[in-house]
Order: sequence, then structure tokens, then C-alpha cells
Amino acid sequence: MPRYGMVIDTRKCVGCQDCVIACKTENNVPVGYNRDWIVTESHGKYPNIQMEIRTERCNHCSETPCVSCCPTGASHIHDVGGVVLITHEVCIGCKACVQACPYDARFIHPDGYADKCTFCIHRVEEGLKPACVEVCPTYCMYFGDLDDPNSEVSILLQSRKWHVNLPDAGTQPNIFYLT
Amino acid sequence: MMNDLLELTTTRHNPHVDPIMAMWEWQIPVYLFLGGMVAGMMIIAGYFLFSGRHKESNCACFSIPTISIVLLSLGMFALFLDLSHKLYVWRLYTTFQFKSPMSWGAWILILVYPALIANILIRPSAWMLKIYPKLTEYAGRLNQHPFLIKNIGILNMILGLMLGAYTGVLLSSMGSRPLWNTSLLWVLFLVSGLSAAAAFVHLFAKNKAESELLAKADNGFLVIELFVLVMIFLGFLSSARPHIEAAQLLLTGAYAPVFWVFVIGLGIVIPLIIQLLAVNHKIRHTAIAPIMVIVGGLILRFVIVSAGQYSHWFNAHFH
Repeated sequence: MPRYGMVIDTRKCVGCQDCVIACKTENNVPVGYNRDWIVTESHGKYPNIQMEIRTERCNHCSETPCVSCCPTGASHIHDVGGVVLITHEVCIGCKACVQACPYDARFIHPDGYADKCTFCIHRVEEGLKPACVEVCPTYCMYFGDLDDPNSEVSILLQSRKWHVNLPDAGTQPNIFYLT
Repeated sequence: MMNDLLELTTTRHNPHVDPIMAMWEWQIPVYLFLGGMVAGMMIIAGYFLFSGRHKESNCACFSIPTISIVLLSLGMFALFLDLSHKLYVWRLYTTFQFKSPMSWGAWILILVYPALIANILIRPSAWMLKIYPKLTEYAGRLNQHPFLIKNIGILNMILGLMLGAYTGVLLSSMGSRPLWNTSLLWVLFLVSGLSAAAAFVHLFAKNKAESELLAKADNGFLVIELFVLVMIFLGFLSSARPHIEAAQLLLTGAYAPVFWVFVIGLGIVIPLIIQLLAVNHKIRHTAIAPIMVIVGGLILRFVIVSAGQYSHWFNAHFH
């Protein structure tokens, strides 16, 4: 059983937002809403300033407060790859999952249900890459099985330094940022 | 790293999520307040039934359940208004999600109604008897068994406790919002609910002894509430950075004015002083202190829900 994850090389990401547009197009994300987005983080003291640009989305965590808080079971872990999904016609729009996510990765779709990144599971199950990974012009995004030690993502995580977002929140995110 | 440049910019601009989370608006604090106050009223009515106070013909325990049903239904309606996928609300009741406090709450709410109705049946109001005269017969049969009345009292106390506690657990189980993430939140909400309930029942209690008892109890609840708040902040301030920052939001930050003036000052300390003077017969009982307590309880829910959404883990990431 695979455990899908993403590895993003922040040294290659230029923040062009191609991934954002690809996601919006592929998933019909309504105007004004984002399933993925670009974060620019700068820190340091002049003249020693560091900047990291990264593309963010739902982390498809291994510990999922968004799933456990859901009163109807709409928010769930998919059978394939441990991907976190929402069944629209089971969601009541109570917004508990939106509150429970420390990354604020979820939003309420104009149609009423909670929505977020699906890792393009509809594409992945057909053997394709998620739309954002597919279009990245700098090839900074990698998608694959974290449980397979020979997968591209596993090899990158073994050979490069990386971090995850908000590790202290205890969610064990499955998106890794190479630094 | 104190003077370092720290900057985080995002291209995300999801409605009600960015720049700060504001998903839950007035509906949730209103529900939490009404739910908490009804929980307190159930505990008070349950205690009156359990301790035999219902033998007094003007015991408040006979008017509490009807008012509770109305207030709780209003609260649940507010909750319904908050749902953004309203047509699917029935999905709450085709499943039980063990790990979800909201699922627990949905089922607890269903159990609360029969307990309140059982309480009403002990002595139905005149207008109920007019609509359904058979109630006299049920009430008569029920009153032949004092142990049944005692058990209805216990049932009301237990369900009141569950209702009051769950409103706190609902928020405190969210590790993502540091301000809510304290295991004392349910105690705060329960005590605040009890205090608002004691104040509210005091306003309409016809029995003099009961009215006095409720004012005294309310003073006790207000003192405990202050104590619990101190404990919550002690916990936060000695915890990790996100929790320290969450506490500062209320103590010195953006929410400090409303917290100190309306929650602590006008909601707890001043009514406590007024009511202490009143129960010691220095001044007469008026509606002022109870109303301040009730409004303070409502504002407390607004502050906690709003500031809780504001509190986050992002800064933990930088330091």
C-alpha cells in the first residue's frame, strides 16, 4: 500500500504560480479560492537575509485532526495512498475541519462543502502526476510513494536536507521541502 | 533572533480563512452560550428535583425545562444557520464518529430533549394541559413515585454536565488553535454556563429562598470562574510559544480591552461585588448584577471563539 507524498525543492521554486493555475484549471477551483498557493518566507538580519519560496497545499498528514473532528465522516483518509479527501455529499459545512487544520489549508467551497487539495487523486489513480507537479517549469516538485525506499521522493529525502511545515503541530505532514 | 527580519507572504486569499481565520461568526458563540446556559439550568433544575425542592409549589424547577427547550432550540437554530451545506444536516444522525466532539454533541443534544420533557411532565403548565389534557394523568402517575422524580433530577444533572462540558471540548480538541487547546476550557464553559444559569433563574425565581440560594451559588460560580481563568493563563504562559502568544492575545493583545473590560470587569468582578453586598443584605437584589453576568457569559464566548481563530502556530515556525 503506497503512502503518497510530495517533495518540493525550494532551491528550484521561483514562485511562478504555474502550479496554482494548473490546479485551478484541473480542479475547477472557483475564482477567489486556492487549493494551492505560494509562500515566500524571509528571515535573517541585513545583509544576511535568507529567502525561501515554496508552493503549499494540504499536507495530507499522517495524523489528521481534520478527519478525527469531522462529525459525519465526510472528511476521510482515502483507501489509496493515505490521501485525505472530503465526500461532498456527506459534508454538512460545519467548518470544524477548517478550524482543525493548523495550515489553514481548507476552505468552504461556494457550493457549501469543505474543499482542499486532493493530490489530484483522479489523475494519480490513472497513473498520471498531480496537475501542479506536471506543469512545474523548474521541475521543483516530485510526487510519489514515501513508503517505497526506491521511489524518487524517498531517495531525495535520503540525500537532501529537508523540513516540513509546523512540525510541532504534531500532524506529521507528508509534504517535504528540500532546502 | 529578536531583531531579525521575519516576513511571511502568501498568495492564498481564501474567504474567511485569510488573512486571519474567521470561519465561525456570531452563530457559534451564541450557540455555545445558550447551550452552556441551558446546561447550567438543567443542573440547577436537576438539583432542585433531586433535593426535594420541587415540593414547594413555586419551585423554579417547573419553569426551567420549558424555557430551556426554547433557548436550546434557538441555539440549535443558530448552529443550523452556521452550516454552509444545510441540506445535508441529517448526515449528523446517520453516523456516530467516536473521535469527533461535534458528533458527540449532536447526539447529546438529542438526549437532552427527552430529559427536559420528562422534567416538564412532573408538573406541566396550564397551557400544556389545555392542549393535551391527558398530561394530568401522566403527571399524577409520575408524582406517585418519588424515586422517579429523583432520577429525572439525576438525569437532568448528568445531561446538563455532558452538554456544558462538550461545548468546551468541541473547541479544546482543536490543537491547531492554541487559545482553545486547553483541557480546562470545558471547566470554564461549564462554570460560566452555571453562573449565567443561576443569574437567569434568579431573575424569574418566585420562591424567595431559592432566589437567595441562586444568588449565593452564582457568587460561588463567579469566584470559581475567575480561578479557572487564572489556571488557564498559568497553563498557557508556561507552555510553548504558540500558547504564550495565544494568552497574550487576551491579556495584553488585540482582545485585551474587551476581555478585561467586558469579560472580567463587567462580566465577573463588578456583578460579584454587587451580589456579595446583596446576599449580605447591604443592598437590595436588583436585575443589574444577573444581567451583567449573563451578558458577560455571552461576550466570553464571542471573545474565545474569535480570539481562538486568530491564534495560530505560524510564529512557532519562525522562532
